[in-house]
Amino acid sequence: MISSDIQTVLPEISLAVFAMLALLAGVYNGKDKTAPMMVWLTSGMFVLLAAWIGYGGEGTTTAFGGMFVNDGFARFAKVTILLSAAAVLLMSQDYMTKLGLLRFEYPLLVALSVVGMMFMVSAGDLMALYMGLELQSLALYVVASLRRDSVKSTEAGLKYFVLGALSSGLLLYGASLTYGFAGTTLFSGIIAAADGGVSLGMLFGVVFMLAGLAFKVSAAPFHMWTPDVYEGSPTPVTAFFATAPKVAAMAMFARVVHDAFGGIVGEWQQIIAFLSVLSMFLGAIAAIGQTNIKRLMAYSSIAHMGFALMGLAAGTAFGVQAMLIYMAIYVTMNIGTFAFILSMERDGRPVTNIASLNQYAKTEPLKALAVLLLMFSLAGVPPLVGFFGKFYVLRAAYDAGLAWLAVAGVVASVIGAFYYLRIVFYMYFGAEQDDPLDRGMPPVLWGFLVVTAAMMLVGIVNLFGIEPLAQAAAATLVN
Amino acid sequence: MTPIVIAFYLFAVSTITGGLMTVVSRNPVHSVLWLILSFLSSAGLFVLLGAEFVAMLLIIVYVGAVAVLFLFVVMMLDVDFAELKAEMTRYMPLALLIGVVILMQFALAFGAWDYSDGAADRIASPAGEIHNTKALGLLIYDKYIMLFQLSGLILLVAMIGAIVLTLRHRTDIKRQDIVGQMMRDPAKQMELKDVKPGQGL
Amino acid sequence: MVEFFTTTNLGIVLLIIGQCLLVLVPLLVALAFLMYADRKVWAAVQMRRGPNVVGPFGLLQSFADFLKYIVKEIVVPAGADKFVFFLAPMITFVMAVIAWVVIPWNDGWVIADLNVAILYVMAVSSLEVYGVIMGGWASNSKYPFLGSLRSAAQMISYEVSLGLIIIGIIISTGSLNFGDIVAAQDGSFGIFSWYWLPHFPMMFLFFISALAETNRPPFDLPEAESELVAGYQVEYSSTPFLLFMIGELMAVVLMCALVSLLFLGGWLSPIPGLPDGILWLIGKMLFAFFIFAMIKAITPRYRYDQLMRLGWKVFLPMSLFWVVLVSFLAKFELFGGAYARWAVGG
Repeated sequence: MISSDIQTVLPEISLAVFAMLALLAGVYNGKDKTAPMMVWLTSGMFVLLAAWIGYGGEGTTTAFGGMFVNDGFARFAKVTILLSAAAVLLMSQDYMTKLGLLRFEYPLLVALSVVGMMFMVSAGDLMALYMGLELQSLALYVVASLRRDSVKSTEAGLKYFVLGALSSGLLLYGASLTYGFAGTTLFSGIIAAADGGVSLGMLFGVVFMLAGLAFKVSAAPFHMWTPDVYEGSPTPVTAFFATAPKVAAMAMFARVVHDAFGGIVGEWQQIIAFLSVLSMFLGAIAAIGQTNIKRLMAYSSIAHMGFALMGLAAGTAFGVQAMLIYMAIYVTMNIGTFAFILSMERDGRPVTNIASLNQYAKTEPLKALAVLLLMFSLAGVPPLVGFFGKFYVLRAAYDAGLAWLAVAGVVASVIGAFYYLRIVFYMYFGAEQDDPLDRGMPPVLWGFLVVTAAMMLVGIVNLFGIEPLAQAAAATLVN
Repeated sequence: MTPIVIAFYLFAVSTITGGLMTVVSRNPVHSVLWLILSFLSSAGLFVLLGAEFVAMLLIIVYVGAVAVLFLFVVMMLDVDFAELKAEMTRYMPLALLIGVVILMQFALAFGAWDYSDGAADRIASPAGEIHNTKALGLLIYDKYIMLFQLSGLILLVAMIGAIVLTLRHRTDIKRQDIVGQMMRDPAKQMELKDVKPGQGL
Repeated sequence: MVEFFTTTNLGIVLLIIGQCLLVLVPLLVALAFLMYADRKVWAAVQMRRGPNVVGPFGLLQSFADFLKYIVKEIVVPAGADKFVFFLAPMITFVMAVIAWVVIPWNDGWVIADLNVAILYVMAVSSLEVYGVIMGGWASNSKYPFLGSLRSAAQMISYEVSLGLIIIGIIISTGSLNFGDIVAAQDGSFGIFSWYWLPHFPMMFLFFISALAETNRPPFDLPEAESELVAGYQVEYSSTPFLLFMIGELMAVVLMCALVSLLFLGGWLSPIPGLPDGILWLIGKMLFAFFIFAMIKAITPRYRYDQLMRLGWKVFLPMSLFWVVLVSFLAKFELFGGAYARWAVGG
């Protein structure tokens, strides 16, 4: 029994063992001098694992008595997580080196947090879920305050830690109530227990768990940490926060509501719809006044989480499919956008002020065009890929009888379009300024920027074929 | 009143007293000492429950290691606890609110709680007749091995984090090189000069 | 009569008290002579005569000291935290005494036959550090405080490797009970069946860690006279000081008992065929104590950073590695099951 269990968890084990071996190698051989190599090695490992998981076994297998579930849904989420983490890690190298932050622990902490994410999305048990979540979060707290000489970065780490601990507490509290009701922590047991209706205590448990999960995906009204953490952390870390952990948390969210509480959709649908509406509007409205592009991206991610939650609120297989597609597109757009933000420099110093983008199109027409595509896509302007993401979730909500939610989504996305377009406006029609941004750009960043921007256009043909994949993945989760 | 009942009340009262005095003590060091009393008494309660392994671990880990570090910190830090106490009154309403919420939850738990059908069957069965050290071992290293290893990874991350965020490798100090120092060859490290009387070097 | 002691509550309580006294009184008397022996060995190494005035060969020296400690005045330093100041020596003394309830003197001769006896001893010895910290802090004086900080750090550090070494023994035995551990060492080869042979390097590690755990030379930094006068005991006088002293010596003797039980076969006779019994255990403990005394006499004191380095960078990795190795050897029952006594029915 144990060998087949280990076989199921082999990708995760490989990554964890890789991280530990690399850590030993780093400690005994040259410490931070090995960091660039570690970055490339870890990214390579991520891509390898993504290929392994993506092209590997079909079907659903469980391990350790159902605590670990390897199904199509988990595989889809894992591949997305691994690829985005690999991309962000590669993008971070130049920036981190420039700030003297490229320590060899950085890629390994990212690797360990990815291990946590992989366990999160595969969790079939409340305890496994919590363990994965803590592993992921703890590594993220550390990388958030990686720039330990900067007050903002340490503040970001501390804030993230305290609020993260609070949300973990909420989640645990909800989990314990659920366990008290069901008598088991296995999702399969909980869904069976909730079959015959739920009690008040169980409902409390569900609400607390959803609140804890909403913290992790930074959905309003549990979003307070996001802007500060995004602003304070080193930019590559912010890029990481905006991508892989969001996918993992969202997938875990879907896993909990469908695998554990799939029988009581009516109980949580309203809550998630509420979270969704609040996030969309807060993200759209609060971002308008921002002048720092990292804070702006924080609010943008809150709004996007609102849209992704809309897919979940539908409570159907199509809703989950829409959510998965939305997250995949969101991650791609964010990678491109952050590749650009990472390259924003003036006199060799990173800047994050939006006003510094004035007249950028004049000096760098190609890059400005790429950013334009990404911004339009983030705003959901047809016919770019971002539009299709929104279209799917809106349709899922509409099909599930949540027409009001879909309408609210459209309104929010129109409001939100304003601040994305404002960036484009600055770049093309902004006021003249004396000291423009530096022109050069590291080739890795340039590559990611241009490729993702191109994907926004090319993807409209068939979304790179992720639609049937997401459909299959969603089908394994919701039945 | 059997001795076990007497022991129970003794431990229970001293656990609660310890907890209460931890909060109200004026001197922080006394607070920690009361906390230790509380830990010890709860270890006693564990023994009465028949969980002697957990009781011993509670003492070894919490009293023997964690509380010692607490004690170190409060002894070494120059924290003005009177000021902290003054702040306490400010947060008192919030604390009371949380207390009320917890009380309500207890009421919920004991009053209106209902289990799902068949919850009793799903609850993991007690270990039965095996000795509780062995039972714990079977659970932790066998059934829940994945969780156990994951928590190991979490601790590893915590350790890496502490090192990454605090360790500064200073280069301006002399370090010991124990092996190097032991392996020094006296013949190479010093030179013997034969100084003739009245001549000097 | 027997019924009274085994069935009624009062009888059981009286029985337990009687058993405790039966262990404690001889132990305390023996302690007086052990202290004398300690000083005599020390003196002999340094070619002095040692205590030789009170009684024949100075045998009653310890009793004279005891009397003196009791009748002297207790001095409490100004600014001391009185309650904690007096609590500290009591904790040291009590902790040193209560560990003895789980130590078996012969097959079945034990006050409390716990399943987790070793853990109990570890727990109690981890509490001993509080006497030191509290004493140092409550004295409200610099040297005691520094001494207590040093001592606490040292005791915690070496407890880790002590615990890991014991885990190796536990794995080999499959039980945490002293009776089982000694029984597992009972084999047809007498002295060569004991754990000192299969766990050979660990016996020395255990012994050295025990020296550090009990603040004995060469690890007596907490009370290093040349730097800290007398460490955490500086401000103590008369009876409280006596309690500290007895507590420390008692902890040393406890470590001797642990070494005898864990590595030297407890009450088992070294030569197959001879009867086992309490005398063997006492003999082994005396032997261990003699080594303790000799080490005190012949080794120079460690520097503090060396001490910490030894604990964390040498002993900890070694004992950790040993645990892994022993688990491996026990799992596959190598060396004729020498590491898997539970499996071969030892």
